[in-house]
Amino acid sequence: MAVVAVALVLLAAVLVVDIMIGDFPLTAAQVIDTLLGGGTRRDQFVVTELRLPRALTGLLVGGALGLSGAIFQAIVRNPLASPDILGVTWGAGVGAVSVITFAGSLGVVTGGAASIGLPLAGLAGGLTAGLLVYALAWRQGIEGFRMVLIGIGITAVAGNFTQYLLTVGDVQDAGRAMVWITGSLNGRGWEHVVPVALALVVLVPVALIGGHVLGALQFGDETSRGLGVRVNVARSFLIIVAIVLASVATAAAGPIAFVALATPQIALRLAGTAQPPLFGSVVVGGVLVMLSDLVARTIYRIELPVGVVTAVLGAPYLMYLLVRSRREARV
Amino acid sequence: MSVRLEASSLCVGYGERLVVDTLDLSVVGGTVTAVIGPNGCGKSTLLRALGRLLPARSGAVLLDGKQIDRMPTREVARVLGLLPQAPSAPEGLTVADLVARGRHPHQSWYRQWSSDDEAAVDAALAMTGISDLAERTVDELSGGQRQRAWISMALAQGTDLLLLDEPTTYLDLAHQIDVLDLVQELHSSMGRTVVMVLHDLNLAARYADNIVAMRDGRIVAQGAPGDVLTEAMLLDVFGLDARVVEDPVSGTPLVVPVGSRHRS
Repeated sequence: MAVVAVALVLLAAVLVVDIMIGDFPLTAAQVIDTLLGGGTRRDQFVVTELRLPRALTGLLVGGALGLSGAIFQAIVRNPLASPDILGVTWGAGVGAVSVITFAGSLGVVTGGAASIGLPLAGLAGGLTAGLLVYALAWRQGIEGFRMVLIGIGITAVAGNFTQYLLTVGDVQDAGRAMVWITGSLNGRGWEHVVPVALALVVLVPVALIGGHVLGALQFGDETSRGLGVRVNVARSFLIIVAIVLASVATAAAGPIAFVALATPQIALRLAGTAQPPLFGSVVVGGVLVMLSDLVARTIYRIELPVGVVTAVLGAPYLMYLLVRSRREARV
Repeated sequence: MSVRLEASSLCVGYGERLVVDTLDLSVVGGTVTAVIGPNGCGKSTLLRALGRLLPARSGAVLLDGKQIDRMPTREVARVLGLLPQAPSAPEGLTVADLVARGRHPHQSWYRQWSSDDEAAVDAALAMTGISDLAERTVDELSGGQRQRAWISMALAQGTDLLLLDEPTTYLDLAHQIDVLDLVQELHSSMGRTVVMVLHDLNLAARYADNIVAMRDGRIVAQGAPGDVLTEAMLLDVFGLDARVVEDPVSGTPLVVPVGSRHRS
């Protein structure tokens, strides 16, 4: 309980800091005052229309990605397992980029259509790729290593298809698509917050409840079944929850690289446990994306996509993981 | 005593191959049963089927008179615990965490950890004498300590029935005796019912009340060690020419193989 309280205070603090910083700097007192309904009209506008929805989108997307990665890594028992590598995020990329390029050249993606069609297409693409990997990896049960290999294959196919779409689309659409597939929180408003928030309200409790079997699922199948776990049912259920979480998050902000990969391992080291903590990964993921976005929008004179920052941080980490897992071939 | 676990005309196989062939077995409560037999005779397969890890091709396994594959798996897990051969734990898991996971069948999503669980884990660690290793990780333990940790997990599960698949594999003789003494203690002081697959016939003779000898998926002989472990049985089941003498310590049968070097 104390840990949960500390985590929530930390989240709130990072949220306030994130809202304070920008072209119109605010003090912590001003931010809190405004959030509670006070403040000038300018403060109200900056906080509730510009910065709060963007920060919340970052928080929720990061939380969803962190939780998704934690579930994948606990089940597959491999720190390389994450929706980035298992094809989910690139599947979402295909969906979204298809809408941007095809619908764009037909001249129908404007305003409302874009803001609804894009996330929906991303969601559909992510779900399709995730479920495809899952179905192809199924052979009287799901085995982690097979799932990682098939995921890498699907990721390659989806990545190349996305590149193809970028080539055939016109330059302006391709430009917008590039920003989307980098993962960005630019211009995120309440319409982006709501779907992710709804998904998290349902899925976080489902994951935490379903997650009580994760501890008993960490052994070989025989041991787990001996402990009374219905291994295939439990594993399938949790994997599908993780696929949906990653797809919803990607639909809202694009595939923000490496968050789902690194978050569970950071949370695991902070918590000192043998498996990634689920709630801890929600918190760490949220903090990670908010802080990365803070860096992305303030480090340079134009706002960079948050995915640039997470990629710069995440790429060396992935290399470290690969080098380490080559040295000790066990997972 | 009543029959706790029963196989009735049980057939089990992988693919085309039938590994356990129309086998009948009754395990009486409060006894230690050792299953012996040559490699590939189906003893591990029988143990897995008794623990509902493998489905019956035909026939049935009955747990306290009820068909085991029709019972909820969690309910079975509160009565019957099993330890597979060479089980694997995730890297970095501590002994205390490993043993705690034995409590899984007693927990649910709304009641994930209770004082009962705490007490069961402490008792299991104390019973196997590894309380001082609780905070170590499983991968840094020696073979004997690791086996004790796994047995602790099975104990924490709090089941009357324990199925152990070669619990002494990879252990030196001293640690084998250690583990079997522990099994003996579970049986004598806590009244647990144990079924284990053992390779060492002399240890089986010393620690089991009941020996089941298998060949080609069938039971060839079963009963008290003195009745089962005979020179004729060894020749028949293992194709082994051996003398059987009295164990000077326990008075149970002691198998002394002849081998070509000493054959007259």
